[in-house]
This record gives sequence, structure tokens and C-alpha cells, in this order.
Amino acid sequence: MGRSVRLIEICHARSGDKGNAADIALFANDDAAWELIRRRVTAERVAEYFRPVAAGPVERWEVPNVQALKFVVHGALGGGAPRSLRSDNLGKTFAAALLRMEIEAEE
Amino acid sequence: MRTVRIGAGQGFYGDSLLPVLDVARYGNVKYISFDTLAELTLAILEKGRRKDPSGGFTRDVIPMMRNLLPICRERGIKLITNAGGINPQGAARAVAGVARELGLKLKIACVTGDNILDRLDELAAQGVTFKDEEGAQTLADVRDRVYFASAYLGAGVIADALDRGADVVITGRTTDTAQFLGPLLHEFRWARDDWDKLAQGVVLGHLMECSGQVSGGNLQIGWEAVPNLERIGFPVAEVSEDGSFILTKPENTGGAVTLRSVKEQFLYEIHDPTNYITPDVICDLTTTKLEEVGPNQVRVSGTRGKPAPSTLKALLGFADGWMGEGYISFSWPKAYSKAKRAAEIILTRLEMQGVRPEETRVEYIGINSLWGALAPEPADEDQINEVRLRIAIRTRDKKACEVLAREFPPLLLSGPPTASAVAGTPAPRELLGLWSALIPRELVEPQVQITIEEV
Repeated sequence: MGRSVRLIEICHARSGDKGNAADIALFANDDAAWELIRRRVTAERVAEYFRPVAAGPVERWEVPNVQALKFVVHGALGGGAPRSLRSDNLGKTFAAALLRMEIEAEE
Repeated sequence: MRTVRIGAGQGFYGDSLLPVLDVARYGNVKYISFDTLAELTLAILEKGRRKDPSGGFTRDVIPMMRNLLPICRERGIKLITNAGGINPQGAARAVAGVARELGLKLKIACVTGDNILDRLDELAAQGVTFKDEEGAQTLADVRDRVYFASAYLGAGVIADALDRGADVVITGRTTDTAQFLGPLLHEFRWARDDWDKLAQGVVLGHLMECSGQVSGGNLQIGWEAVPNLERIGFPVAEVSEDGSFILTKPENTGGAVTLRSVKEQFLYEIHDPTNYITPDVICDLTTTKLEEVGPNQVRVSGTRGKPAPSTLKALLGFADGWMGEGYISFSWPKAYSKAKRAAEIILTRLEMQGVRPEETRVEYIGINSLWGALAPEPADEDQINEVRLRIAIRTRDKKACEVLAREFPPLLLSGPPTASAVAGTPAPRELLGLWSALIPRELVEPQVQITIEEV
């Protein structure tokens, strides 16, 4: 088991809503972080992390020109902003939640 | 190469009215564009229109225009806004009223045809299925509960209105990015199938549509170092005829335009970055080049576009039950335990009165109200000074929500100790389900009209 790192130490992020999905972009701070999150932060991993609050599925795209991963977490917002009972009905805090996730830093 | 400067005025209904004044005075811009509509906003506007039929547009367009029109008339700045919401004629009338009050001469263009609420059956008869893009809903399931239905129009109609000499363009549901692409189409006469230039214009619109969110607002990491958010500068772009542009903000304003702030907005709420779909062009955001070229200057170029889709997206909202909620606070010692006990009491009392919500949400503000089950439980309750309990329920019946609100105040006398700050009993709120469907363009666009009024 290698050393683990919290994403907030190597990334920044922003999130919002679209219908009933949370839409999150995760940006690597440098080349090393980019290589690491590309390998470690998979759609499966993110789906598992958000499962307590979102039914899923999770879609993932790589955006190499800005060294970012894009995630769309479906079933996350209680039916969408104007139907949601959530205090965070717009998914604004999903980025911060993802930044708290830990990944393995090395093999 | 020819260039034009364009500024952002507002990122949503309710955004600050102050930063736009700096854009108008110091931004050296020819156009200011306002994106006032989020998915949630049409729902809010429709609720308003039901209470007052003259409403249905974003009301803050009135104080906004009162502040801005004198400066903009003097400098020849043109204003573009989708403040019309579900009643563009109402918004245009209101703006005309402000112009008369100020004694200003003005050409106001009003764009209609996006609102398809009265055409749903006609469209269905023409073969539109209104298949829900996300869920399994059909129109028949919710037909009698549909609250609003608007198709997203593109930038072409805004450019047409400017071509006809409008000083102010007011639309309903034109897209966020169209507010910005429209003036560029008008200014540079780009061919409407010059996909790469259009894609650059859409990226510009996307970067600017959320106002301060690209110039230092909501910056996740490093927010402490962003200077003078009190006087944040809303974005201004200097756009070249080839579509490349430099994103900046007015001199002597706060905030910061950096590679980081621009990147965060670049991918905000766009879903698939290889296919960012708008009515004007489909953009591949993996082709865009972002470079910091100076203090508060980020150059954006290179976005590749693909042909516009043959369909328009429509957003429909339908009544979907009621939300009731209540709040109560508890202090140290054992604030969290007290709040949990209070929640048990309230939920049991609902049962005792036969209230069975479709969904119940219990949140502890200060602990987990934003993250829910993702928030770690606090290790040491003794460190918690206070907790605020929030319970929200969804029911079909409005009365059941009133029962919930009614159960909070009694805990001041008959619940766990230190209960306080009940803050009345919030009125039940009607919930709206949203759903989006695709409609062939040719069934909507022929109905789009521009009306010009000269004040």
C-alpha cells in the first residue's frame, strides 16, 4: 500500500448542476498531478465515492488541453434544483467533496 | 485586424447591480450582455407570473436599466439580455417605461417565439415525442401539470435584432452564450456556418455568462488571495475578427482573471467537453488554447466547431408536489445529540398525524447540511458549539407540509433544552420537476419574431 494523497493537495475543482446531475471539473495543478489523476481518478472510483448521495452512473472525460477530468454524476440532486429537498440543490459543493477524496500517490 | 470589446453585466437573476457600472464606465466596451436565466429561473418566473400576470421576466432589469441606460446612451453601448424569461413583451414594456421616465430615445427589440407552452399539443400532433433526455417521462404523464415550456434559441435572432438597429435586445429563453455570440455575429458578419469562429464566440459567451465566476469569484483554491472581491470586476473581452480573444476586466476593479480562474469557468456545467452543444454550433473544448499573456489577461483561441444540431433543446417544468420545511437550533452541551433527538420527535409526530412524505431529508447545519452522507461524523461532540436542525419533506398534499412546520415551535417548551431560533414556520413551496426534450428546429424557428419599439 503506497502513500496516499488528498486531491485538494494536487488539484482544484468547480461543480454545478444540469438537471438531476452534478457536473464536476477536476484540474491538476501540474504535470505530475495530471498523470496521477488520469490513472487513479476513474469513473468507477468517483461513482463509488459519491454512492452514499448519488445513484449514478458517472460519466468521465479527459480534457488534456487544460489537464482536467470532467465528471457528470447522475442522480445526485434529488430530482433537479427546483424539485430538490437538498440545501445544496445546485450541486455547488460536489467539487469540494471530491477534493477531499484520497488516492494512492505511488505503487 | 478589427477588434471589438464586449462586457458581462449579470450572471443570473439576482446578481449584483454594481459591477456592470464599472464595465460601462471603465470597460471601454461597445456591448454589454446579461445572462439572467438558469434552469431554476424559469420556474421562479412562472411562479411569479401566476401571482401577477404582468410578471414573468426578471424584475431587476428595471433598476438595472435605470442605472445603466443614461451611461450607455451617452457612450453608444448596446445592451443584450434574456431578462424576458417567459414574458419578453412585459420586460420590453418595462424597459420602455424606464427610458421614457429618463427622457431617453431608444430602439428596443423584443424577441418572441421560444415559449412553446401553448403549442405543446400542436407540436405533439406534428410528431414531437418530448422524450425526456434524462428519465423515462412522457408528456402524457405530466401534461396537465406542465408549468412552463421554452425552447432554447441561438444567437442568430439577437444578431438580426442588432442588424435592425436595436439599442437594447430583450429575449426570452435564448441561450446563455447567445447573449455574447449575437453581438459578434452582428459586428463581424461571420457566416453562420463558419463553425470555428462560432465556436470561439460560444466559448467567449460561456466564459463570461457567469459574471464574476471567471474573474475571481467562487475560486476553489486560493480564494483568500483574490483582491478586493467587494468591487469585483466583471469580465470584459477584446475580440478579434478571427474569433480569438483576450479575457480581462475593467481597470481598477477587484477580483483576478488568471489561467486558474478561467479554467474553472471553462469546464463549468458543460457535460461532454468534446461536444458542447448549443443551437449555434457544437464545440470541441478539448481543442481550445488558454494562455496567460499578462496581468488579468488570458488569451483564448483555437476552438474547433462542428455543424449546429438539427434540433433545439426545450426545457419543460411541471408541478411535482410540495416541499415543507422547518428549522430549529441547539447550543452546547451536546448540541448535535439534542438536534438528533428533536428530529426523532418531529418525524414521529408527523406519523402520529398520518403524514407520510414521499421523501424526507434531515440535515444538521454546521455538520452535514451540504454534503449529507459524505460528511464525516464529528469525532468530539464537545467541540461543537451549536447545531441547526433542518427537516424538509416532499408530499403531494400542501396541508401535510403545514403540519411539519407547525411541529417546530412547540419544541421550544417541550423538547430538548436550549432550543432557539425557530424563525417562524416557512410556507410550503411548490416543487417543479424539470425535463428536457429535443424538437426539430423547423417547428420552432419560423415562429420566432422580432418586434422593434422606438421610444
